[in-house]
Amino acid sequence: MAKRLDLKDVDIYYGDFHAVQDVNLSVAPRSVTSFIGPSGCGKSTVLRTLNRMHEEIPGARVDGEVLLDGEDIYARSSDAVSVRKTIGMVFQRPNPFPTMSIRDNVVAGLKLAGVRDKKKLDEVCEASLRGANLWKEVSERLDKPGGGLSGGQQQRLCIARAIAVQPDVLLMDEPCSALDPISTLAIEDLIDDLKKDYTIVIVTHNMQQAARVSDQTAFFNLEATGKPGKLVEIDDTATIFSNPKQQATEDYISGRFG
Amino acid sequence: MTERTTEQAPPQGPRDEDPAAGSATLDTVTDPGPARGGRSRGSSSGGRGERVFRGLTSGSGLLVVVAIAAIGLFLLVQAVPSLMANNANFFTSPLFDTRDPANLNFGIRDLVVVTVLSSLFALVLAMPVALGIALFLTHYAPRRVARPFAYVIDLLAAVPSIIYGLWGIAVLAPALLPVATWLQGNLGWFFLFAPGNLPVLTGTIFTGGVVLAVMILPIITAVTREVFAQTPRFHIEAAQALGATRWEVIRMAVLPYGRSGYIAGSMLGLGRALGETIAVLIVIRAATTPSNFSLFDGGYTFASLIASAASEFSQPLPTGAYIAAGLVLFVLTFVVNAIARVIAGGKVNG
Amino acid sequence: MATTTGLDAPERPAGGPTFQPLSTGRKVKDRLATVLVVLAFLIAVVPLVWVLVTVVGRGIGAILSADWWGRSLSGVLPESFAGGVYHAIYGTLIQALLAAVIAVPIGIAAAVYLVEYGRGRLAKTTSFMVDILAGVPSIVAALFVFAAFISILGGVQSAFMVSLALVLLMLPVVIRNTEEMLRLVPDELREASYALGIPKWKTILRIVLPTALSGTVTGVMLALARVMGETAPVLVLVGYSQSINFDPFTGNMASLPLLMFSELSNPEAAGQYRIWGAALTLILIIMILQLGASVVSRFSAISK
Repeated sequence: MAKRLDLKDVDIYYGDFHAVQDVNLSVAPRSVTSFIGPSGCGKSTVLRTLNRMHEEIPGARVDGEVLLDGEDIYARSSDAVSVRKTIGMVFQRPNPFPTMSIRDNVVAGLKLAGVRDKKKLDEVCEASLRGANLWKEVSERLDKPGGGLSGGQQQRLCIARAIAVQPDVLLMDEPCSALDPISTLAIEDLIDDLKKDYTIVIVTHNMQQAARVSDQTAFFNLEATGKPGKLVEIDDTATIFSNPKQQATEDYISGRFG
Repeated sequence: MTERTTEQAPPQGPRDEDPAAGSATLDTVTDPGPARGGRSRGSSSGGRGERVFRGLTSGSGLLVVVAIAAIGLFLLVQAVPSLMANNANFFTSPLFDTRDPANLNFGIRDLVVVTVLSSLFALVLAMPVALGIALFLTHYAPRRVARPFAYVIDLLAAVPSIIYGLWGIAVLAPALLPVATWLQGNLGWFFLFAPGNLPVLTGTIFTGGVVLAVMILPIITAVTREVFAQTPRFHIEAAQALGATRWEVIRMAVLPYGRSGYIAGSMLGLGRALGETIAVLIVIRAATTPSNFSLFDGGYTFASLIASAASEFSQPLPTGAYIAAGLVLFVLTFVVNAIARVIAGGKVNG
Repeated sequence: MATTTGLDAPERPAGGPTFQPLSTGRKVKDRLATVLVVLAFLIAVVPLVWVLVTVVGRGIGAILSADWWGRSLSGVLPESFAGGVYHAIYGTLIQALLAAVIAVPIGIAAAVYLVEYGRGRLAKTTSFMVDILAGVPSIVAALFVFAAFISILGGVQSAFMVSLALVLLMLPVVIRNTEEMLRLVPDELREASYALGIPKWKTILRIVLPTALSGTVTGVMLALARVMGETAPVLVLVGYSQSINFDPFTGNMASLPLLMFSELSNPEAAGQYRIWGAALTLILIIMILQLGASVVSRFSAISK
C-alpha cells in the first residue's frame, strides 16, 4: 500500500507568476509529513501538485519531478485521473456530495469507477467508515444525506470517502481549519491511526498540530510578496521544533515572525 | 533549474523536455495561456469517455451559433428571388402587394414606420414605470414583501401574448377611447396625435403601444432590478453617511451604478416589442392608406404582416416577399439585442 | 485674499440646533420620489389584475361546462355553445413536450460546455449567440423553420414543425437557467470528485448535474410555460383542426392559441365563449407549470 514520495527540483508557476521555487523533499512510506509556513508561501500549492490537482487552476504549471516510488506522476504514460486514484486528497472545508447518502458518498469513487457488486461496496463502506472512526456514529443512518452530519463528522466522512478508493498516499489540506477543537482532536487521532497504512502529507496553520501529528515537518517561507515561495527547511518534527538549523524557521516557530 | 524556459506545450499530456537539458525531466502542461472564461479546467487528458463527452457538449454550444447563422442564411436564400422579381422599391414603397406572383410590388416603408412607432411609444411608456418598479422592489419595499411583489411583476411576463391581444382590443381599447379622443382634440396639431388613416380611434398604434408597454414591462424591470440589487453596499453607505435622504442615496449611488443595466434592459424590451406578433396583429387594425406618422394610424408591423399572410404561404415568390420582411426584422432585433448585450457588459445575463 | 481658501467653515448661527433639520426642498423631493415609485408598482399591477379578471370572468363559464375538458369541437356548429377543447389542449402539450425532448438535452449540454469546458473565442461567441437567440422573435423562428424545412427540404406543415420552431425559443431559456445553476455548484465538490480519481466528464454527469438538478428542472418548466402560449409558430407551421389529431407528424392539429385565433373570425357569440374559455385554460396550464417550477426550486441541493 503506502509508497514513498520524492520531489525533485519542483517549480510551480501560475501563468507568468513564479509561485514556488525549487522544492526538493522526500516523504517516507507510513509517515506523516506536515507543511507549515505563513499564508501565501505556497505550501498548499505544493500539496496540490502532488496529485495534479493544480491542473484545475487555469494557467498553473509545474516543472520538475514528483516521484511516487520512483515513478514520475507527470510521465507521459500516467494521466491526472489515475494519479488521483493513487494519491487521495482531503480538503479544507468538508465537501460531501449533497445529492448522495452517507453510504453513496463513501463509495462514490468506486461506483463511478464502475464497481457494481453491492456486497463489495457495502464491505468497503463499512471498512472505510471504521477506518475513519465514523462507523459507530453513522451505521444506523447510512441512507441519510451526508450534509446532515456535523462539520467534524462530515470531514471524517470525506476522509472515509478518500480512503475507500484505497490510495497509497493521502494529502490533507488544512483538514481541521473549519472544525472545532473536539472535532480537531478526533481527526488528529484518526491521522495517527491512518499512518499505519498510508503515507500522509498534511498542510496546517497550527504549529501545535504539526508537532502533535507529524514525524517530519517542512517549513515554507517567502522572502517578500511577489517573490516565489521556498522550502526553507525540512527535518524531523522534533528537530524542527527544538533545534532548527535556519534562523527563519526559529523565528516563525517561536512567534517572532515578520 | 528555475530559469529553465518552457515552450508552449500542447494543451494536453506531458511533453519531453528540450533534449539539450539532458535529463529525463518532464514538464507538465496546463497551457499557461491567457486567462480564460469558464470554470475549472482539467488538463485531465482522460480517455475516450472524456473526449466523447467534451465533443458532445461543445457540439451543442456550436449548434447555437450555427442556428443563428442558419436563420440568417435560409431567410436570405429564400428572400433573394422575390427581391429580384420585385417591381417596387423594397425600402421606400408603402405597398405590400403580392397577389400576382408575376407582378410583385412590395416595400417595407410602412412596416418600418408602424413597427418603430409602436415599439418606441411602448418604450416611452414602459421605461419610467419599470424604473420605478425596480427601485420600489430593491430599495423601498420591505424585504418581506419584495419577493412576492417581484413575483407579481414576473406574472405579467407569463401571460401569453395572444391574451394581451384579446384583452387589448376587447377591453383596453374602449377604455382608452376617451384618452385618445382628448389627445386628438387638444393636441391634434402635433403630428403624433394628428388624425390617422383609420376611421376610428380604437385599434390604433396608440392602443397597440399601450399593450406592448405592458408586455415589455416585466423584462425591463427584471434586468434593471437585478442590476440595482447589485449596487455595492459601500456606495450606498457612503451616501447615507453624508446624510443623504433615500432619494438622494438612489441618485448618488444606485442610479449611476445601474444606469447601463437599465438601458440594456430597455433595449431588450425594445427588441421584444419590435418582434411581437400576435398581440399587435389582433390589436392594430389594417389601414388602406399609407401611414401619416401618427399614433392614431393603423397598419401592419413586420411581424403582424407576416402572421396575417401565414395561411397563404404556398407560392414561392409571394412567400419570399414575406420572408424578406422577416429577414429585415431578424436583422433589426439582432442589432438591438447585440447593443443591449454590449451595454450591459458582464453585469446581466439577458 | 489669501485667507479665502474655501476651507473656511460655513458660518453657523451661534446657539443653533445640534442637528440641522432637512431643508424643505429635500424633504419634498424625497417624499415625491417615494410616491412615484410606489405608484409605478401599482400601475403595473393594474393591467395584470385587469387581464386576469377579464379572462376569468369571461372564461369561467366555458371551462366549467361538462364537455370542455373531454370533447373536441368536431362537428360542433359555429353558433353552438357545445363541445370542448381537449384536442387543443393535447396539441399545446404535445407540441411543447416534443420541443422539450429536443431542446433540453441540447440546452443542458450547451450550458455544460459554457460553464465547464468553454474557453476562448468559441465560448464567447456561443454565449453571445445564446443572447441573440433569446431575442429572436417567434415569428422569425417560425419563418426560418418554414424556409429551411418546408420550402427547401420539402417537408409539410405539421405539429412537429411547430415543435422545431419552439426548440429555438426554448433553447436560450434552458441554457441560461442551467448555466446559472451550474455556476452555483461549489468548486469544492468538483475537486472532491477529481481527488477520488474520477474523470471530469463523470464528475459533471454524476456529481455536478445532479447537484444542479432542481434548478435545471425549474428552468425547463419555465421554458415550457413560455412556449405554450406562442401563437406565431402555429399560425405559420400547422393548420387548424376542429377534431383531435394524435399524430404530430402529419395533418392539422389544434392548439389553444391556434383555436383562439381561428375563433376570432367566428362572428357568433359562441366564438367569444370559446376564445375566453381557451384563454383561461391556457393561463391555468401555465400557472400550474409556474407553480410547479417554484415548488421544485425549493428542493435545491445547493445551500448557500
